Amino acid sequence: MEETVTYTIDQVKSKIASAFPTEVKFEDKVRPRRLFMSANKDALLKLCTMLKDELGFDHCSCVSGVDRCDRFQSVYHICSCSSNITLEIVVDLPHDNPEVDSVTPLWGGANWHEREAFDMFGIIYKGHPRLERLLLPADYTFFPMRKDCETGRK
Amino acid sequence: MYLDLWQLLAGLVHWLMVDIIGPIFGWLSFHGIEGWLTRPETLYFITVILVVLIVFVVGMLVSITLIWQERKMLGRFMDRRGTQTGPIGLFQNFADALKTLQKEIIVPANADKLIYNAAPVIIIGTSLFLMATIPYSEGFYASDSDLSLILTFAIFSIVPFGVLLGGWASNNKYTLIGGMRAAAQLISYEIPMLLSVVSVVILAGSLSLNDIVWYQQAHIWLFIPLIIGFIVFLIAMVAEVERIPFDLPEAEAELVEGWGTEYGGLRFGLIMMSEYARGFIGSALATLLFLGGWDGPFKGIVPDGLWFLAKVFIVFGIFIWMRAALPRVRTDQILAIGWKKLLPLAVVNIFIAILFKTAGWF
Amino acid sequence: MAKMWINMGPQHPMTHGLWNLRVEVDGETITDAEPVIGYLHRGWEKMVEDRHYPQIIPMADRLCYGSSFTWSHVYCLAAEDLMGVEVPERAKYIRVMSDELQRIGSHLMWLAAIGPDLGNLTIFLYAMRERELFMDLFQSLCGARMTYNFPRIGGVRNDAPPNWERDLVRTLDYFEKRMDEYEDLVDRNSVFRMRMVDLAPLSAKDAINLGVTGPSLRGSGVKYDVRHNDPYEIYDELDWHMCVRDEGDVYARYRVRMDEMRMSVQIVRECLKKMPKSGPIRVKPPRTAPVGTGMARMEDPRGESLMYIIGDGTDKPFRLKVRSPFFVTLSASPVMLRSYKVADVPSIMGMLDVCMGETDR
Repeated sequence: MEETVTYTIDQVKSKIASAFPTEVKFEDKVRPRRLFMSANKDALLKLCTMLKDELGFDHCSCVSGVDRCDRFQSVYHICSCSSNITLEIVVDLPHDNPEVDSVTPLWGGANWHEREAFDMFGIIYKGHPRLERLLLPADYTFFPMRKDCETGRK
Repeated sequence: MYLDLWQLLAGLVHWLMVDIIGPIFGWLSFHGIEGWLTRPETLYFITVILVVLIVFVVGMLVSITLIWQERKMLGRFMDRRGTQTGPIGLFQNFADALKTLQKEIIVPANADKLIYNAAPVIIIGTSLFLMATIPYSEGFYASDSDLSLILTFAIFSIVPFGVLLGGWASNNKYTLIGGMRAAAQLISYEIPMLLSVVSVVILAGSLSLNDIVWYQQAHIWLFIPLIIGFIVFLIAMVAEVERIPFDLPEAEAELVEGWGTEYGGLRFGLIMMSEYARGFIGSALATLLFLGGWDGPFKGIVPDGLWFLAKVFIVFGIFIWMRAALPRVRTDQILAIGWKKLLPLAVVNIFIAILFKTAGWF
Repeated sequence: MAKMWINMGPQHPMTHGLWNLRVEVDGETITDAEPVIGYLHRGWEKMVEDRHYPQIIPMADRLCYGSSFTWSHVYCLAAEDLMGVEVPERAKYIRVMSDELQRIGSHLMWLAAIGPDLGNLTIFLYAMRERELFMDLFQSLCGARMTYNFPRIGGVRNDAPPNWERDLVRTLDYFEKRMDEYEDLVDRNSVFRMRMVDLAPLSAKDAINLGVTGPSLRGSGVKYDVRHNDPYEIYDELDWHMCVRDEGDVYARYRVRMDEMRMSVQIVRECLKKMPKSGPIRVKPPRTAPVGTGMARMEDPRGESLMYIIGDGTDKPFRLKVRSPFFVTLSASPVMLRSYKVADVPSIMGMLDVCMGETDR
């Protein structure tokens, strides 16, 4: 068992800031054991690789899709079992072509979350081993969680 | 004190025919019929029919009572009361039988009709056949043959054949797999069972069930010297009757289907009935071979048959206890237990029996 | 025989809840598996975008009906993170106690479910009998047996009634004796052990990478529990320890849950001692949420549950994302099923504690 190094929030923040000075912006919100940032969609895979290999973030909790009406977002919650820090990474995607690299090759836990985001929003995750519909039947043609999809509730 | 069924019925039939019904025909001047009715062959024939009827009915009633015992006892193990229909739940079986009779019998489209219909007949037929060879007390039996032990076990072993046929004839690949598994389990547990019976035969010196019980009455109940054989026999019997913990062939949760899935209505009811009939036969055999049959204290007051039935209920109670406490064993584990653990124990048991016999202790 | 794909489900006595497990079998051995879900998809995340914040609490209960308090609790934590509401002390203790009682109830439901899977109905009836006691406690606390609608954004709905703590202590004493009975029935039973020991081991590295959390993760030797590593409410003030096992097989996961039940009893007893005797149990939250995001993580009986909520200045959430632990554990299950037999499927899947309500939402 190799030695697991634990990092503090400030150490993680400074390492990420020095490796990605322009692509990653940190938010001002302060919570214990949390770090909030937003990243460029092209830098995402490199950022996640660095998080996994160098900073010990080995557990991908959640990948969510958000429809902000003028853009899509893919929100990643990644945590570290040793440092107990949870990161929240928000990636903005263009509305007409929501594509981003998949983090499934890094963390298997993101597999079904990305499938669900594709199922609900239509966000394409490039490099996903099997990007098919998960919860809805395979022959559905619309993406229900988008804001332009009506529920019919009066 | 025991009820000698043959003598009683022979006397009854003789009295009925020769003293009552014959003279009626004679008074009506039908002397030919009177002569025919009072011939010894006719009397014997009628006696046989009546004896078989009575033994069969008693056997079926005891099997049904075992079902009631299972439901009540299993309920109490699980902290609930068990069946409540009728006084202390005795009517539940009749209610179940009436319900089963009303169900529609659906035959799969491409099933092999002859074998599909024949398989339950084989299973229930052989199970009920065995009611004839089991003696309840010294006089209460349908047949007392010198080879009743071999006959009983031979008929008992036809059932894997019926199970395999039933699974195959249903035209369903899953029931075929289930039937093969059930047949594998039944056949592999035959061998330890028969080997432990061999040890009993070595000590008792006879193949007749009545003689084995007389031997135990004279010497000692055979489960004491042959304790290993008794335990092997009980475990093998639980596997033969396909009860939990060995009921994977009919478990729905694991296998997709069991061998009897395509049977509906009364056929299914008869298959279930045969399971309990075989449970009765198994407990009865354990009692006769190891627990002294109808041997018990208070010989003058309490009839022997009641001791036999009490012991059958106790042995079946042990089966129910195993069902309440144990989960199912996986098929490959079942076969492993049968071949690797019970078979050597049964062989050791035979050596012990030979040892006791040559030393002349029993 | 050639390899073929068999459907175990969606109607199957073994599958608790509605899902389909497609297994590719080569004879008896499983070579691949693929869970198919979505039969219980109710469109929960879309529905809540049209509901006021307090209206979502009973909806969160119905995410996983077997363990409903923990889901409405994590929703309230996320909403409080978004709105910046501070919960009073006594309310935190009541929430933690209800959480742990719910954990015991959910684990008892799991224990009851594995009985018939493995062929033993006795453990089903024993566990259900005990679960009734805990449902009675909840009924006197908040009026409902299963979906409680009890926590509120800013606290809990009402205080514990008089004599509730006395009943609680009596129930816990009785329950601890009963736990010994279960362990007698299952742990010392060689047939149960044959079905559970050395089956479907999951290595720690695989478990962490595949996102498995909860008892399945701690059964593989990883010391990770959200209550301990990322504490919320008052868990960092209580004296308790994680239940971890190293073997990683089905028996280890079973043991972790049994140990967790005992640990929950210990936590509740400690809460009773430390709880402030009186005090406010509720703070009024703002009606509209600020523009921003809130996130809360919690240890659900099945693993780590997470809710991510986006507020847009109105009284309805803009987006509410639910991370369900069993969703991820189910996606990791093919790794555990490969090279084992079809007859092992109920044993392996049952030990993962199926709940389809939270998986499909």
